[in-house]
Amino acid sequence: MALRTPPLRELHAERGAKFTEFGGWDMPVEFDGIRVEHEAVRSAAGLFDVSHMGEIEVSGADATALMNRLTTNDVAALAPGDAQYSAITNEAGEMIDDTVVYLLPDGETYLFVPNAGGDDAVFERWTDHRDEWGLDAVVENATEEYAMFALQGPDAVATAADLADAPLAELGRFSVREASVDGVGCLVARTGYTGEDGVEFLLPTTDAPTVWETLSDAEPEGATVQPCGLGARDTLRIEAGFLLSGQDFDVESDPRTPFEADIGFAVDLDTEFVGRDALAAQREAGVEEQFTGFRLTERGVPRHGYDIVNTENRVVGEVTSGTMSPTLDEPIGMGYIPVEYADPGTNLRVVVRGNQKNARVQTLPFYEP
Amino acid sequence: MSFDIRDDRRYRETHEWARPNGAVRVGITDFAQDELGDVVFVELPEAGDELTAGDEFGVIESIKAVSDLYAPVSGEVVAVNEELFDAPELVNEDPFGDGWMLKLDPADEGEFDDLLSPAAYRDQTE
Repeated sequence: MALRTPPLRELHAERGAKFTEFGGWDMPVEFDGIRVEHEAVRSAAGLFDVSHMGEIEVSGADATALMNRLTTNDVAALAPGDAQYSAITNEAGEMIDDTVVYLLPDGETYLFVPNAGGDDAVFERWTDHRDEWGLDAVVENATEEYAMFALQGPDAVATAADLADAPLAELGRFSVREASVDGVGCLVARTGYTGEDGVEFLLPTTDAPTVWETLSDAEPEGATVQPCGLGARDTLRIEAGFLLSGQDFDVESDPRTPFEADIGFAVDLDTEFVGRDALAAQREAGVEEQFTGFRLTERGVPRHGYDIVNTENRVVGEVTSGTMSPTLDEPIGMGYIPVEYADPGTNLRVVVRGNQKNARVQTLPFYEP
Repeated sequence: MSFDIRDDRRYRETHEWARPNGAVRVGITDFAQDELGDVVFVELPEAGDELTAGDEFGVIESIKAVSDLYAPVSGEVVAVNEELFDAPELVNEDPFGDGWMLKLDPADEGEFDDLLSPAAYRDQTE
């Protein structure tokens, strides 16, 4: 299978990036080292090329109905220029993907962002259900037409505001507006995946080099904007306690509901979506397992797939994501464990290459600015 | 990108180096530390352990990856670099110096001839 390449593959390579395969895309994993990039985002500003994220646009008379039947949150609550976090579930209420849904400033077009490699399947899901239900909606997979950049960190919004022709500092959290950078019309949203304040830019692929260079050449407060790869994106989102689709849930290998994943805030049971009845029943009965954070209290690094055991040596769960936290300088991880172990302070162990390491449950996120 | 390769030691294909100088010092190369990225954890054997060339003698973890470490030559471990337990970043900062991992009492000096010369290792990394 040929890897999909982001529009700036060559530019990143010249800048010294290392690459990795992710979701079928050949993406920069690091530019100057994960720790350096991570610290730049926590202290100043970092710039990520996230053009591997999908973009699906939905418009037409029944666009709202179609979106509400296929996502767990209520898109009817969105005013033009609003965004919301949501999940895409099957009949069993298990997550196929998580996403951010934007109602664009025109008030007519929904744009949502499925995870890397998920755009084709989600596009088919939308068109199949539209046809099955006889809805009047135009669905377009615009993944190849959009580049997406994330500028994140305490200096990110001010930096973006300096470069754009619109007052981006006034843009609310989870809001989106049009703005141009260097004459290039962009959608700019105050969203991100790092736990820091920041903005994300959606722009035509053909203009990607211009905008990337303008953003990366900015000098907020005399500092520089650090280009960042997927490595730092991962350590940042783990510290923030955010889920990674395909790793912290996977409809094939580790199916999980939004309630198990602790994103119940993205579920509106008053709307009629696929999976709604199963989730209503689970809300009533309560979950048996819960997505939970923990820290190792001894040396070692928890990683995806490692067993979590209780103090009687019984396996009670698996690590879904883990890392050495660059900010806290401590090993942190997340995974699903039975609710009776999920209270903060509970002692558990993680099996690292056959050795049990003490761990303590803690509330997510691990880090908040 | 070009990496530092020292002429005073020999190399294993798996990116460990061995420097004979009385006891044999063992570590990983500049190329290897760059591939791994930020090293956060090193697991090493204990003094007194006997290693055979090619044995896994430990584990090195960076933020993004876990790798096994392989003994370039056979011998008894006479010392491990305990500074790496608190400062694993020394492997990134000075892989051929302060980032060393083991001192071995070599069992068979002839095993050095099985390792790559600096020139051969350079060829492998280019």
